[in-house]
Amino acid sequence: MSIAIAVGLLTAAAVYLFMQRGMVRIVLGFVLASHAANLMLFAAGNTAFRDVPYIGSGEVGEQADPLPQAFVLTAIVIAFSITMFMVTLAITTTRDDDTEDEEESPAKVLAPGSTADTDDAAFSDLDTASGEIAVETYKDETGVGQPNLEHAERMPKEEEK
Amino acid sequence: MSLTEILPPLLPLLVGVPLLMGAIGAAVRKNKRIRHVISLGTLAGLLAFSILLVVVTHDGTVLAHQVGMWDYGISIPFVVDALSSLVLMIISILGIASVLFAMATHEARARFYHPFVLVLMAGVAGALMTGDIFNLFVFIEVMLLPSYGLLAMMGAKLGAHGARIYVSVNLLASTLLLIGIALVYATAGTVNLAELRGAAVEDPAVAVAGGVVLTAISIKAAVVPVHGWLTRTYPMTSPAVTTLFSGIHTKVAIYAIYRIYSLLFDGDEKFLWVALLVTSLTMLIGVLGAIGEKTTRSILVFHMISQIGYILIGVGLFTGLGLTAGIFYLLHHMIVKASLFLSTGAIEETYGTGEIDKLGGMLKREPLIAVTFMVAALSLAGLPPFSGFVAKFSIIQATLEQSHYWVAAVAVLVSVFTLLSMLKIWTGVFMGSAPKDLEERALAYQERMHGKRYLRVQAQAESPTLTIGPPTATMSAVLAGERAVKVPMKLIIPGMLLAAITLFFGLGAELLMTLSETAAENLLNPDGYVEAVSNA
Repeated sequence: MSIAIAVGLLTAAAVYLFMQRGMVRIVLGFVLASHAANLMLFAAGNTAFRDVPYIGSGEVGEQADPLPQAFVLTAIVIAFSITMFMVTLAITTTRDDDTEDEEESPAKVLAPGSTADTDDAAFSDLDTASGEIAVETYKDETGVGQPNLEHAERMPKEEEK
Repeated sequence: MSLTEILPPLLPLLVGVPLLMGAIGAAVRKNKRIRHVISLGTLAGLLAFSILLVVVTHDGTVLAHQVGMWDYGISIPFVVDALSSLVLMIISILGIASVLFAMATHEARARFYHPFVLVLMAGVAGALMTGDIFNLFVFIEVMLLPSYGLLAMMGAKLGAHGARIYVSVNLLASTLLLIGIALVYATAGTVNLAELRGAAVEDPAVAVAGGVVLTAISIKAAVVPVHGWLTRTYPMTSPAVTTLFSGIHTKVAIYAIYRIYSLLFDGDEKFLWVALLVTSLTMLIGVLGAIGEKTTRSILVFHMISQIGYILIGVGLFTGLGLTAGIFYLLHHMIVKASLFLSTGAIEETYGTGEIDKLGGMLKREPLIAVTFMVAALSLAGLPPFSGFVAKFSIIQATLEQSHYWVAAVAVLVSVFTLLSMLKIWTGVFMGSAPKDLEERALAYQERMHGKRYLRVQAQAESPTLTIGPPTATMSAVLAGERAVKVPMKLIIPGMLLAAITLFFGLGAELLMTLSETAAENLLNPDGYVEAVSNA
């Protein structure tokens, strides 16, 4: 019962956070949602059995089901890595970002005075700075998202050898 | 020892080798040529292996291997039948085509491009082979993580918001999938697909749990009404990556829907009307959405949704003919869609835009691309002699056989709209006359992408007379009325290759049809699957 309530609360909070505009809040929503999913996996293995699940170390009826625990471990690792990736995405743009007011956006808070876009540390390691990847013209829903040309020009260009 | 005994223990290599090669590729820092060779070599090996698997499984044989030699019920089985080997074969072909294209556009020179593609392939192979739903979740994540990387690489230039939507939606779908799997385990007590056979028919609780799993996978397959993310993310990356994703992500999800409905629900007829309703909506809304779009790629992405509807009709009918047609459609669609993305992508990469209004007269300028596009577009719309005709004809035949006249009517109507949409691209991009500033904009784009020196080298290669003079020789050539921009052959070839395959599958439909029929029989009667897993 307590697990059911916990799953319900976590899911409700997660859905509330998904509905917010800020990317960081959405990421926090995913943290809660993955907790809810993990608790459900635990519940699937019946939480009343709590003994060590080794063969010969206890009553068969008392031993915990190890499989959901293995599932949860796997799921935690996956959810954690994707969450980290999303947090990175949340702070890598200030422009073409309709998630926050510009003054409040995490990138501004973390690096005051900088108008840097995605060419900051988080992405330079991806080795895309060769200037060889297509810049595409597109407009976002507001119609203001002009192509990132100035930005593209700032990228170092690797000359054809 | 026969092949059927030798092959099963080798199945984990389909996952292991691409992973290993991806790691080696990532370790090679400087030499991009080595990375190209590693990537293409691994993909070619994957193609060769999957062709071998198609040959072995063409008579309905199911190969199964318990990974780590654990007993049945404890182990994670890898299973290959006609369906999984066919899908793997087509995906390897697409992988090769898209990597060739990415090499031509130079984006594959980025250090992590090839490693990401290879890890992606490892995830695909695992997702297609695994006989365990939790493991399916894991492999789908293995497949998605490098995709996030690929999107973010493009996002560094295009702004991250496409990548944000993509990651958020996929993480939400994955969380839902995980919840579904928890429910399946709680109600049925196992996540092994062979053991789960028919569980949803016997127990309504398992059916609900299976419904959650299928819903989560449908989000990943971009079925209406959960399709919105696809049209907002796929046009936001480079054509090469869109091609790769279009052939892989939604298609692996469709494969999972086929497989899970066949095993968990044992083809239960109770729920088929839901599938038919959803597929009809998917066909209609996808094709109607394309009307309002202005760039070639966003039109094609909307068509992708509509085609996903066609493919899922197979599962909605769940008859021999229906499944055969659906599987044939799936295989045909993967090839044709990729070909379209590559041929329009070649124009986009050269002229700097995919907007229909800003292009024109390509028939005269780029006749080869025009032919490639025409072949694939007619095939998509379902005209003979291409594979699309056979695919659509058999789908409609299968719906009529089951007296679902309204589904057949929607299918016919939608293919008319598809043809109209293809004509819109045709008239806008290929016919008419080129806008006056086409060349100037193309050159400005090239210069922005590759730098001035690149342009000079290109010009030198094409016409030696242009080499003398200032760096902007090509620009003055344009002003003098000479032609300086042309789609290079290496960008055309991948798309042409795939267009040739659709022609081959159209004229030689018998071959692929027979293979799809075997795959359909395996789905219709999964005894062989269950037996192979329990005896492996």
